Amino acid sequence: MSLKIVVLAKQVPDTRCVGKDAMNADGTINRSALPAIFNPEDLNALEQALRLKDTHPGSTVTMLTMGPGRAAEIIREGLYRGADNGYLLTDRAFAGADTLATSYALATAIRKIGKYDIIIGGRQAIDGDTAQVGPQVAEKLGLPQVTYVEEIEEIANGRIRVKRHIDGGVETVEGPLPIVLTVNGSAAPCRPRNAKLVMKYKRAMGGQEKAALAKDGQELAYSDLYEKRPYLNITEWSVADVDGDTSQCGLSGSPTKVKKIENIVFQAKESKTITGSDADVENLIVELLANHTIG
Amino acid sequence: MNNVFVYCEMEGTHVADVSLELLTKGRKLASELGCQLEAVCAGSGLADVEKQVLPFGVDRVHVFDAPGLFPYTSLPHTSILVNLFKQEKPQICLMGATVIGRDLGPRVSSALTSGLTADCTQLEIGDHEDKKNGVTYKNLLYQIRPAFGGNIVATIVNPEHRPQMATVREGVMKKEILDENYQGEVIRHDVAKFVPETDYVVKVIDRHVEKAKHNLKGAPIVVAGGYGMGSKEGFDMLFELAKELHAEVGGSRAAVDAGFCDHDRQIGQTGVTVHPKLYIACGISGQIQHIAGMQDAGIIISVNNDPNAPINSIADYVINGTVEEVIPKMIKYYKKNSK
Repeated sequence: MSLKIVVLAKQVPDTRCVGKDAMNADGTINRSALPAIFNPEDLNALEQALRLKDTHPGSTVTMLTMGPGRAAEIIREGLYRGADNGYLLTDRAFAGADTLATSYALATAIRKIGKYDIIIGGRQAIDGDTAQVGPQVAEKLGLPQVTYVEEIEEIANGRIRVKRHIDGGVETVEGPLPIVLTVNGSAAPCRPRNAKLVMKYKRAMGGQEKAALAKDGQELAYSDLYEKRPYLNITEWSVADVDGDTSQCGLSGSPTKVKKIENIVFQAKESKTITGSDADVENLIVELLANHTIG
Repeated sequence: MNNVFVYCEMEGTHVADVSLELLTKGRKLASELGCQLEAVCAGSGLADVEKQVLPFGVDRVHVFDAPGLFPYTSLPHTSILVNLFKQEKPQICLMGATVIGRDLGPRVSSALTSGLTADCTQLEIGDHEDKKNGVTYKNLLYQIRPAFGGNIVATIVNPEHRPQMATVREGVMKKEILDENYQGEVIRHDVAKFVPETDYVVKVIDRHVEKAKHNLKGAPIVVAGGYGMGSKEGFDMLFELAKELHAEVGGSRAAVDAGFCDHDRQIGQTGVTVHPKLYIACGISGQIQHIAGMQDAGIIISVNNDPNAPINSIADYVINGTVEEVIPKMIKYYKKNSK
């Protein structure tokens, strides 16, 4: 059977390379100091989707992301690896969303996409580590979910069998389509970009990216291409485009509020600094033995 | 009505430790708020389950006992909590930040449009003033957790939506029996009234669970390595030291991500929280997410060749040297002096 697959992906600041300038003086995140990357576990999810496309001819993979105009990069990265199309949810009204408002926006967009058999994303994003958006999207769409997926084993007769991680072990579960899946970072890594697809899609852009070029006074190269090859236009959707309710989006749709952000300065204990010399290390060990900390 | 609820995770007929830890915390929160503590146990064969939870000061135990409720699947457990919460209107709901809690919590919060904060490291009660709208909220749950990117701790509140939901990792809160003979009401619900038959669509067809290979959480001495250990082989040295000291070995997230040690040994906000009497940090710089998981250690020794490593500021002893040089000496002089 051919499958309609929607991949949920997020552009995130690369928290794995946090440097000294990662924070602003006021304690907020200096996003410009952190490179924006494809959330790692969403790449694992994309790979599972592309494998299904390989084994189920006629299947399509649709990328869905939410973010500012430059998040169109996520859709391009998907296209470079074999996705068929993508949508960027972008609107000021989406800003400041917690996980619940994010899942509302994504669920509304998925309804707009209309047909889907599998909705798949990473288990969690590295900028929040909450793992909440997948299950919340599933609930909003009234679909079953399987989280912590390691591998999709089989799809047959409208049912899917997957292997998943649980605390202290593994489980094999089976459920009906359509279904929402979230994939672990330990699942198969994503395939690299395909050179032919990079050639095909490298000029693909969203409206905001084109507008940003114009604002900088740069000319859009090969502007006539965008009419001749409609697939180069990455679709941007606003709240209105997906028939969303603004009161459920962004900051106003978020039950959780940040009350306070504290920069923690650890109270320096009265610490004793010693060298790594034989005498110093031996003295410390003797002291710890004497006061029964060890031994 | 408006009580504190704890979802108790079941492994077979046994309540998970993380849930008992949350009952202990939940008891304290309920007492501070002047309300009751209620527990929800859903599984199969739960005839005497209340005996496991009542001693933690639970006033009411909701038992849902049906064949399809173990092993856990998302939909039936979601329906139980959603329908129970619609009746009982809890003000707070706590659950473990486990695979189950992180599957169930968001689904329930979405169904009830309530806020959920993941991986909290502290929970407190306090007031919140919304200056913009001139409203003051009394006795909210402060959901406190480190945020990414440096030494940042965020306090999250849910002013308008109930229940205020939070997940907490195992080992973060202390497990303490309040009273072995604590009296509470036990309610055995008719599961069919809460869970439609259509919820049992996802089937667990195979399941392997192994007991943890180590007892990091309860270890009195922990030897932990960071990225500064350099390799998986570097960690062998730590295992050797740990063997001598009868300690357990843990690692920072950087060390785990680099493949130096197993994922289940990760110490920190998104790993295990430890409370040892002695913590030896080797080649660990000390990101706040790591410190959140070990700061309650009695004595902290930091072995680091960077005198400015953040962890040094909370260490009792700083050994300024390379791990390759210092750790073999610790092993050598322990052997020499302990006999």
